[in-house]
Amino acid sequence: MNKLLLLLAGIFFASVATAQDKVEMADVMRSNGKIYVVVAVCLTILIGLILYMFSIDKKISRLEKDK
Amino acid sequence: MHKNWWKILSFLILVYTIVAGFLLPVPKLFILNETIRNLYFHVCMWFGMMILFTISFVYSVKYLSGFQYRNDIIASNFATVGSLFGILGYLTGFLWVSVTWVTDQGQSFGSVLKEPKLIGAAIALLIYGAYFVLRGSFMDIDKRARVSAVYNIFAFVMLFPSIWIIPRLVGSLHPGAPGGDSGNPALDKNQLDATMRMVFYPAVIGWTLLGVWIATLKIRISFINDKKLLNE
Repeated sequence: MNKLLLLLAGIFFASVATAQDKVEMADVMRSNGKIYVVVAVCLTILIGLILYMFSIDKKISRLEKDK
Repeated sequence: MHKNWWKILSFLILVYTIVAGFLLPVPKLFILNETIRNLYFHVCMWFGMMILFTISFVYSVKYLSGFQYRNDIIASNFATVGSLFGILGYLTGFLWVSVTWVTDQGQSFGSVLKEPKLIGAAIALLIYGAYFVLRGSFMDIDKRARVSAVYNIFAFVMLFPSIWIIPRLVGSLHPGAPGGDSGNPALDKNQLDATMRMVFYPAVIGWTLLGVWIATLKIRISFINDKKLLNE
């Protein structure tokens, strides 16, 4: 589970990084009225929430095994 | 791992929803402007709520047909998460109203309060609120499960007049309603822009799966807490 999450996060950040190689990073984040900043903020919140959900999920699975 | 594929699917769809929802082109319309993108978030809350309430309804019917306590737990937790989605839909609706109908369309606050979908959704959510009051007022578990299962069926049936039928009969500020002067793309599938449909339908699935996931977490905790009752 954790490995897969790491892989997903890796793919996400790698894709961001490659996009920034072609165009200068400052340009990407400041273009189109800085909408990409909003996207990045929302994605960060989403990823944080989902990682938290997975950790709760795992704790409950452990409790289920204990009984 | 093999059982969790839909949780990852939900995550990936939500990532797609945010990226495509913010970045893909949308129809340029007066009053709505960029807020049309709320379709991927606000409207999905209502769709998700409807689907979660439907699941809750199915498990209430299942409870009444076999009196299995676990079905009552499942029904009540899906109703909880459905209500949460409804409340989120309502709150996001407030925000959206305050910058489109009230300020830009020049509607008075009074006419917004007369909006049938607002009243209907409030009635529907209050009926579900009463469901939780009802559940909380029983000491006897069997009686609680039976009465609340019957009530849950009533609450689900009441969703149809309050949020589906009545707002369509009388004029509504929501797009697509008869008497509405806004010719904005609504949930009429012929009116909805093709690019928006490409994001909207996956978004509904993604948000709903997230709701189902939260509900299953709550259900599993209830199962652990009530394992004595369930094993009897």
